[in-house]
Amino acid sequence: MAIRIENLNYVYSAGTAFERQALREINLTIPDDQFIGIIGHTGSGKSTLIQHLNGLLRATSGAVYYNDKNIYEEGFDMKGMRSKVGLVFQYPEHQLFESDVFTDVCFGPKNQGLSQDEAEARAYEALKLVGLKEKYYKSSPFELSGGQKRRAAIAGILAMDPDVLVLDEPTAGLDPRGRDDILDQIERLHKEKKITVILVSHSMEDVARYVERIIVMNKGQVMFDDVPREVFRHYKELESVGLAAPQVTYLMHQLQENGWDVPDDATTVEEAADAIIQCLKR
Amino acid sequence: MLNIIKARKVSYDYLKIDDEGNVESSSRAVDGVDLDVKAGDFVAVLGHNGSGKSTLAKHINAILLPTEGTLYVDGKDTKDDSKLWEIRQSAGMVFQNPDNQIIGSVVDEDVGFGPENMGVPQQEIWERVERSLKSVGMWEYRTASPNKLSGGQKQRVAIAGVVAMCPKCIVLDEPTAMLDPNGRKEVIRTVRELNRTEHVTVILITHYMEEVIDADRVIVMDQGRVVMQGTPREVFSHVEELKRYRLDVPQATLVAYELQKAGISLPDGILTNEELVQALAEYRDRQ
Repeated sequence: MAIRIENLNYVYSAGTAFERQALREINLTIPDDQFIGIIGHTGSGKSTLIQHLNGLLRATSGAVYYNDKNIYEEGFDMKGMRSKVGLVFQYPEHQLFESDVFTDVCFGPKNQGLSQDEAEARAYEALKLVGLKEKYYKSSPFELSGGQKRRAAIAGILAMDPDVLVLDEPTAGLDPRGRDDILDQIERLHKEKKITVILVSHSMEDVARYVERIIVMNKGQVMFDDVPREVFRHYKELESVGLAAPQVTYLMHQLQENGWDVPDDATTVEEAADAIIQCLKR
Repeated sequence: MLNIIKARKVSYDYLKIDDEGNVESSSRAVDGVDLDVKAGDFVAVLGHNGSGKSTLAKHINAILLPTEGTLYVDGKDTKDDSKLWEIRQSAGMVFQNPDNQIIGSVVDEDVGFGPENMGVPQQEIWERVERSLKSVGMWEYRTASPNKLSGGQKQRVAIAGVVAMCPKCIVLDEPTAMLDPNGRKEVIRTVRELNRTEHVTVILITHYMEEVIDADRVIVMDQGRVVMQGTPREVFSHVEELKRYRLDVPQATLVAYELQKAGISLPDGILTNEELVQALAEYRDRQ
């Protein structure tokens, strides 16, 4: 069991006029080797929540357990955990700072105390995993395209060899193919390296396509926590909190309203097309 | 009718300059683009990252000047220094990140900044602020602090700031990239409304295929060139070609495409769920 959150509350600017409770009574278990999506409108508490996963924010009350150890307890190896729970922030390419891509990716492992050789070996592996071509390794980060920079930044986290990878909107601003490439790469990582992936996203279509479990945040609380097809069944409630279901879910509902005998829980293009074909065959 | 934007063989090179000021290398971002946009049109521009969309957009209010070729905005050559301010008044720009575009500490002050800078008389500034905030549906937030607003609301304030300068044309460069689904809807609805009721020419650059369904015309860029253009229906009929350009199509179009591949004959260019439901009903009746 990788991460367990118990009765967690978080209050911003406690005791001032700007006091605001960002998280309220959160209980979650994040087991090993799961691909999880977190959705919620702006300000719903998603980003605040993920910053608790590696102790960047300290809960106002409640507890976070990492491998059954309370991370707030004295003597807990916070630094060790931070290299195991890797956080990729929004627009991570803004955090590239070295003169070339390869040196930038080496920064993490070197900071973990690895030797130059070990760090370089890790950097090579990470850059290969994200699919960045070798000819770019010695380029300045500023010469890369948006998608390439994003890969380089994700490689910087992977080089620290995390067990849990948390990505906050990793595809914002990328073109459709760049988005598919990165998400495919992340899915492969999840499968090959057996790491837990937590994907924060505003795209219901992406979440429906990749993850096995969706956590819906609203007003600092967990609103739904289930497999995609169950979560998207509540599309009306999702809409009321500024979210939506994938477009194909609406298509299935419209077909039903027009007398088609199709299931309404399709969440991807393939599922929808299959369901319609089956219905036509009957 | 007058073309508000007229580009003739416009090319732009980004130059890499070494410490001595010599040109080390150059890369062509826009390559011989011809473009005509009629006043009052809603034009969407698609293209992958690095296809030259944003570079082209920055030519429309003379942030960048063509390396080769000429671009006319409302009949004025953007290379003509003496017309620079008129051009920038004719064509306003809205960028991706709302936080980088808001400078006022109160919403109405922020919207008034543009017209004030242009020397508009005080009374008229307030009239313009009121009109433009109402046109984006943010009038009730006029006394709010921008940092208390959601992303979609901030972006609408940024749009109001441009509208207050009474431009003939607004260029929006991925205005919804950083917003959640609700924010995205708000902004697109606002833009469409401006186009429809105020007849402002709109040029919308986006990666979200759903946002271009209502455009009068879609332009697809690749390697600095315009490679496809037409109505959304015409452009989205070419699923394979769009994929080659690293683009997508709306999900309804994709489902229709999958069904066609499975031998179900549906018309090309289905864009919305409604159209697909209709086409499927007709198909079933034929069977």
